Amino acid sequence: MSYEGLDASRAQRTLTGGTRLLLALHLDGPLFVGLCLVGAVGTIIVFSASGRSFGFLEAQLMRFGLGLIAMILLAQVPPRLIRAATPWAFLLGLILLVLVMITGDIAMGAQRWLDLGFVRFQPSEMMKLAVPLACAWYLHERPLPPSPLSLLVLFLAIGVPTLLIAEQPDLGTSLLVASSGAMVLLLAGLQMRYIVAVIALLVPTALVAWQFLLHDYQKQRVLTFLDPQSDPLGSGYHIIQSQIAIGSGGVFGKGYLNGSQAQLEFLPERSTDFIFAVIGEEWGLIGLITVIVLYMFVIGRALYMAATAQDTFARLAAGSLSLTFCVYVFVNTGMVTGLLPVVGVPLPFVSYGGTAMVTLMAGFGILMSLCAKRKLVSR
Amino acid sequence: MSSSSRIKDHHTEQRLFEQRAIVAAILMVVALGAVIIRLVWLQVVQYDYFVELSQGNRIKIEPIPPNRGLILDRNGLPLATNAPSYQLELTREQVEDIDATLAGLSQLGLVATADIVELKKDIRSRRSFDAVPVKLQLTEEELAIFAARRHQFPGVEIRPRLTRYYPLADTGVHAIGYVGAISEDDKKRLNLDEYAGTTLTGKSGVERAYEDQLHGRTGYQQLLVNAQGRSVERIGTETATLERQEPLAGNDLYLTIDQRVQRAAEEALRGQRASVVAIDPNNGDVIAFVSTPGFDPNLFARGLTRPEYLALTEDPRRPMYDRALRGVYPPGSTVKPLMALAALEYGIVGPHETRFCRGQYRMPGVRRPWRDWKPGGHGSVDMRKALATSCDVYFYDIANLMGIDRIHDYLAQFGLGKATGIDISGERDGLLPSTEWKRTAFKRPEAKMWFPGDTVSVGIGQGYMTATPLQLAHATATLAARGKRFKPRLVRAIRDAATGETREIPPAPLPDAKTKDPGAWEYAVGGMYDVANASYGSARAAAAGTLYKMAGKSGTAQVFTVAANERMRKASELAEHLRDHALFVAFAPVDAPKLAVAVIVENAPAGGSGFAAPIARRVLDVYLLTPEQLAEQDAKRKPVPALPSPGNTE
Repeated sequence: MSYEGLDASRAQRTLTGGTRLLLALHLDGPLFVGLCLVGAVGTIIVFSASGRSFGFLEAQLMRFGLGLIAMILLAQVPPRLIRAATPWAFLLGLILLVLVMITGDIAMGAQRWLDLGFVRFQPSEMMKLAVPLACAWYLHERPLPPSPLSLLVLFLAIGVPTLLIAEQPDLGTSLLVASSGAMVLLLAGLQMRYIVAVIALLVPTALVAWQFLLHDYQKQRVLTFLDPQSDPLGSGYHIIQSQIAIGSGGVFGKGYLNGSQAQLEFLPERSTDFIFAVIGEEWGLIGLITVIVLYMFVIGRALYMAATAQDTFARLAAGSLSLTFCVYVFVNTGMVTGLLPVVGVPLPFVSYGGTAMVTLMAGFGILMSLCAKRKLVSR
Repeated sequence: MSSSSRIKDHHTEQRLFEQRAIVAAILMVVALGAVIIRLVWLQVVQYDYFVELSQGNRIKIEPIPPNRGLILDRNGLPLATNAPSYQLELTREQVEDIDATLAGLSQLGLVATADIVELKKDIRSRRSFDAVPVKLQLTEEELAIFAARRHQFPGVEIRPRLTRYYPLADTGVHAIGYVGAISEDDKKRLNLDEYAGTTLTGKSGVERAYEDQLHGRTGYQQLLVNAQGRSVERIGTETATLERQEPLAGNDLYLTIDQRVQRAAEEALRGQRASVVAIDPNNGDVIAFVSTPGFDPNLFARGLTRPEYLALTEDPRRPMYDRALRGVYPPGSTVKPLMALAALEYGIVGPHETRFCRGQYRMPGVRRPWRDWKPGGHGSVDMRKALATSCDVYFYDIANLMGIDRIHDYLAQFGLGKATGIDISGERDGLLPSTEWKRTAFKRPEAKMWFPGDTVSVGIGQGYMTATPLQLAHATATLAARGKRFKPRLVRAIRDAATGETREIPPAPLPDAKTKDPGAWEYAVGGMYDVANASYGSARAAAAGTLYKMAGKSGTAQVFTVAANERMRKASELAEHLRDHALFVAFAPVDAPKLAVAVIVENAPAGGSGFAAPIARRVLDVYLLTPEQLAEQDAKRKPVPALPSPGNTE
């Protein structure tokens, strides 16, 4: 037994019951508490945003509970197994994405779902985890920073699923998938010259995308973002109403269940993508800063766990998952406050809705499996 | 691989990662810090501005649903109206104990015990100040029961609303259609902005086809509301001038249906699976549109319970099935007048040329003969007599001589094989076969071939040929009008709710059915006249004593093939679902036709002229005679045996 192991076993004897349980379940205490706090905020505000619907409340609690269970179960999987399963999961996800393109159900004008008979499944959600894991898996055995050849392989591994998802069309998810892959590259020590080159290339790429790739509704979102008043009843309505909600909340807010924008249903999608505005209206600046600080704590803790992980795969995968979570938070809050154009990205663990919640929880489960075992298992 | 030349340096990599992680953390703080700065801008600096904007959002718009347009028969008698009904509504925040309240209501029989769990879920999913319906359409009795105990149920109230009401219940239900709760499918079809506050929409028949006429325009009123969404008089010192836009009722529809005729036909068909369509040959007006059994459309407006719905959809007699529009049947001998016209047109046979009928028809090279319905045969028959006696052999012969494609081309002029285009949806095409059709309809090469024997059966309206009752009535009307055709229609006028003006819809002519010799019509019509009037006419019993000149043609559609050596005669000896369908087409008066009728009775207890002809007669009587004449005739015919003459079931 190594010194480290001895140290851990001695520490264990002095621990309280709860902490010991967390350790036995391979869960990280601070991260676990942080996630539960965010989930609690979400559940409370969903009740208000839904017009005091107990149905919404129950469903949200149920999903959060299911997500927690998924997280705890995944945390029990040995890291080696996760790494071994990664390439297969990635391939399966790719195949399913192609299948969706060919046969998928068309819901709300977009083709995202695969009907498996008993359940409808969204392969793009799976790719949010599979892409960063696959990139980390590829770099695990290879020296870092990555060689040009490795970069080319990774570029394809990120680019192909991103394009497939963007074509569904689901711009929000494709951006998240692309950024989760990009995070791996950045954390792997991608050389400065590449970063500069990519940023330099982004401008012409954006122009090409605007011309050929983006759907009309996506262009409209960007145009409306630049000038919401140009379409006050159409897509600009979201942006205007959400800023009214936040702005009129002031420093202290109008009080729980008292936000007129939310309760009078002026604010669209108030229990899903725009729930951040409901928090702003009812709990004011203080509430919003509290929520943001909570998120920062969760992200910071996850990043710390990644940095102290044992191997390259764990570090890169965990680091990418925590930074992607940060992208979620930033894109959603940025869009609700009018800093960014409207893309369909939910506020993690707070927005009403199932799929993203489960994916995110699964991500944290994997993160805990990869990083939280250190204290119990010696090398 | 180039990377294999380099060695993995775990320590450096870890340091690299940590550096990058720190950069990422800083970036996160910067990004989320930007959001916080933005929030300060919105919530502190711009606070007053946004508060003012949100104050403007204190007026809520509440929709006021319009009254649905009425549906009237051709003489203005109401077929679908709006009647007040009462529903029981519960408001969560005013009820102290929801469980006790629901239990109390279920004790009174106002709420089904089985529904309580669902109801509770529904109530809890709504906002606390929303009134949630717990029981739709209270009966007088239920109303009284609740009214007496109202004080025991604070927060539960009776609310009146308008719902669709069909005063004649199942009369004309397949023409009028019905309304039901807006479904997910309907939501894709309807402009939902126009349906705010509306719960019912047309599901079939005229109710569906004329939905945009009947619906009307939704009105709205502005309400001053507080943060909970409750309507209030004032908020603080703030009052507002509130606008109200009255809804505009839907337009009223005048149908072409004459409810007297409709009811007479339904009466005559009671207990049968059957259909009657009656059309005015002069304009295509559908005077009667019957498919029995029917159902009570009021059930759908009220909201069906699941057992009620299952009882309707799983009834083997299929009451929801519109036989007039969607039932396809072999037309049987009713097609013979058209066949005769076609033969004249192609010069196959002269009108006075005779054929000798020995009771069977043989084709060279075919062992099996085609049998006439009359075993001994009809002897020498010309065209009129062949029609009057419904001689099969005559028509086997002319059909064979014409060939299927010529038959197809001529009969297509009468609207067979193609939907007539009536103004409600769901109509079937029927089938007017041709060599081209058989080539494309079958997969196996040997089945694609059209045989002359196939044509022979089509000569008497059997084989591949099928038509809907609507198509038969349309073809009969075309014959009655000597080739003039109109698209059948159920709506003849629309009364505009806004102006009060009634706009007649002009009849829609279709391309005429043509004959080279204008006199040819009279041979076909003459044969049909003889059917009803000659001493050897197959329907003389049913047509006896008419006060107008009637023409008709009976038909029998075989449901299964009887062994070739013995044609079953006694329908009563067969299991019901194996019995033949009885058909009859008729029009009157012969020289200036006012009504054409087609009757089909599925698996009838007797044949076309025995069972279907009296029904057609009844429809013609009710439409053409004055009420006095009708009463007088009914009195005379009271002890009517009206049995089919033996030996003539055709």
